[in-house]
Amino acid sequence: MSHTYLDHAATTVMRPCAQDAMERAYASANANASGLHRPARDAKNALEQAREEAAEILGASRPLDVVFTAGGTEADNLAITGAALASRRRTIVVSAVEHEAVLHTAASLARFGYVTTTVGVDRSCLVVPEHVGALVDADTALVSVMAANNEIGTIQPIAAIAAAVRTVDPTVPIHTDAVQAFVSEPITVESTGADLISLAAHKFGGPKGVGLLVVNGGVAIDPILHGGGQEAGRRSGTYNVAGIVGMVAAMREVTQTRDHFRSQVGTERDAFEATLLAGYPDAVINGVDAPRLVQHSHIHFPGVLAETLLIRLDQAGIAAAAGSACQSGAVEPSHVLKAMGFSDTDAGECVRFTFGWTTEPGEGSDAANRVLAIVEELQ
Amino acid sequence: MKALVAMSGGVDSSVAAALMLDQGYDVIGVTLKQWEDPDGSMPVAGCCTLSDAEDARRVAAQLDIPYYVLDYVEEFTAAVVEPFAQGYLDGLTPNPCIECNRNVRFDALLDRTSALGCDVLVTGHHARIAETDGVFRLRRAVDNTKDQSYVLHMLDQQALSKVKLPIGEMTKSKVRDRARALGLRTAEKPDSQDICFVTSGDYRDFLRATHPEVAAPGDVLNSEGDIVGKHPGTAGYTIGQRKGLGVAVGEPRYVLDIEPRERTITIGTYEDLLVSECVVTDMRFVHLAPAVGDDVSVKVRYRSEPVEATITQAGTAAGDQWRFAFREPQVRPAPGQTLVMYEGEYVLGGGTIVDERRHVGTR
Repeated sequence: MSHTYLDHAATTVMRPCAQDAMERAYASANANASGLHRPARDAKNALEQAREEAAEILGASRPLDVVFTAGGTEADNLAITGAALASRRRTIVVSAVEHEAVLHTAASLARFGYVTTTVGVDRSCLVVPEHVGALVDADTALVSVMAANNEIGTIQPIAAIAAAVRTVDPTVPIHTDAVQAFVSEPITVESTGADLISLAAHKFGGPKGVGLLVVNGGVAIDPILHGGGQEAGRRSGTYNVAGIVGMVAAMREVTQTRDHFRSQVGTERDAFEATLLAGYPDAVINGVDAPRLVQHSHIHFPGVLAETLLIRLDQAGIAAAAGSACQSGAVEPSHVLKAMGFSDTDAGECVRFTFGWTTEPGEGSDAANRVLAIVEELQ
Repeated sequence: MKALVAMSGGVDSSVAAALMLDQGYDVIGVTLKQWEDPDGSMPVAGCCTLSDAEDARRVAAQLDIPYYVLDYVEEFTAAVVEPFAQGYLDGLTPNPCIECNRNVRFDALLDRTSALGCDVLVTGHHARIAETDGVFRLRRAVDNTKDQSYVLHMLDQQALSKVKLPIGEMTKSKVRDRARALGLRTAEKPDSQDICFVTSGDYRDFLRATHPEVAAPGDVLNSEGDIVGKHPGTAGYTIGQRKGLGVAVGEPRYVLDIEPRERTITIGTYEDLLVSECVVTDMRFVHLAPAVGDDVSVKVRYRSEPVEATITQAGTAAGDQWRFAFREPQVRPAPGQTLVMYEGEYVLGGGTIVDERRHVGTR
């Protein structure tokens, strides 16, 4: 039985262009890119070509603004810890709905004397720019607000947030975790107004274990991984050339086909929600009143336990998600829904469906009908 | 037909899942996450640990059945962990595994069984269920040394009609043979004895950490109430304990009573420890309740042989007291533990032992 895959936000299907690029890199650019010989030069050339293209796609001022990492979590860690350690200031401002890679990293700095200040969100998961600005003061080392929320899909007004921060203090670095947004939103330094941007390749069809952090010129970050001094001393470790090349191939395709993605995926997502609401009017689309990523559908099914629904969906061949899974795989209560004002009970009745580049026409309404059949049984 | 198999990560439930497949069922494996460390992770030592869940997951993958971890931390904490500590402070010796079966596992899982689209709930317990003319009976396991019917005494007709215990029909060595033949990674895994939320392996450490008063020193009393010594903390003692009393007297002394709130323990002779009857509350029955005058076999500890007793007082409502007269005097059962009634190999029901002298735990 092949699953209807509606968990593209957890990870999406690898794009053939990324796989091809990786295979080519493993065949012809697999040397250690830091060496002085011909094979090393070939690897280094492939790497730097990828860096130039990534910088161009993201509108970075120069290729060296792109720091390659082993994924989105590392990019977030480098942004938060790196910028904090490089600052004399001791306060980190974050939104309450950031990914754990941001929240836990900021919290981990408490032992070094840093304080985390959290800005709340409304019922749609939206951050108000003025609320962020109001928290910025002479001790603010960094502001971190995600470009779009990974659970609800709410698109944050990151440019307005950046502007609000700069009105108070133009020297405060601004980080945005664009891991979930990049696949469908045109994320650039200019569009976000951010100095630091995190991406993870596997969220948009690249390989796992590869990501990047844009460090816009002039922003100081201290390294968190020490060693051979790669990435201009900002991230040591032998270059994962094939992974990086695969990521950038996927970035290129995402950028070139984003309009098509938005219309096709958006159509299926909208059909899914329309069908669902027609058959089950009590369902609530979370975040519907705010700008949302086209691929996200986060639904509250009153009276239906998400844990049970997810298992029933899996049995029926539909892959979906709720909250975040802990190490054992149990569904944990979502900090995002709590921040949005959901009770524990309500939070436990929400399921996330996310569509992706492999979603086919008709899949949205078909999936909704299958979800409806199960929800009716569970009521 | 679809079976929900509660998989602990041990050999018994692993083989139970395999047996249900053999019987032609579609099988779903689940593990209950019942306890977590303060950071939300599963415990790494004790029973029901992360590695147990991983074992269950790998066995499920080997059997090619879906597997899920269900979050029961809130229910378990409220129904088992907190009453365990409170019961202990009340001078009881609670049995958390039985409380879990009574209040979390079976109730919660039976509810889930139908919600998850399953027809039967399967566990790896060593006990048997027999049906005659629509009446379900709970019977001791084929393997007498592994029998767990004691901890299942709370299963009533409705529960028994939906539960299957395929392991109860096999000896433990046959279960392991079967696991080996299937190449299951749990084939040689030792049996777990620990209380799952006690990660250090010693429930006393758990009590000391959560309720420091049980680690505070206090007086040792004799049965007349005179102070005869000091003890380092009540958590170190259980009723009937002989060693480690720190009191030098001629003949052996045993712990007769523990009063955690008063920080006292009372000691006495073996004869002081013997009682002729036992009072029980919160009785549950497999089918019909026995009556006053009935002779039954009773087990007042998990690991002891049944002894003969006569029912001298019977209740009608759930909170009523029942009284059992032992044929021979018995070492005083610890209040908070469970009395289970048997008729031959069959379980009739059981309840929680109360301390009639202090009326703790009665309603």
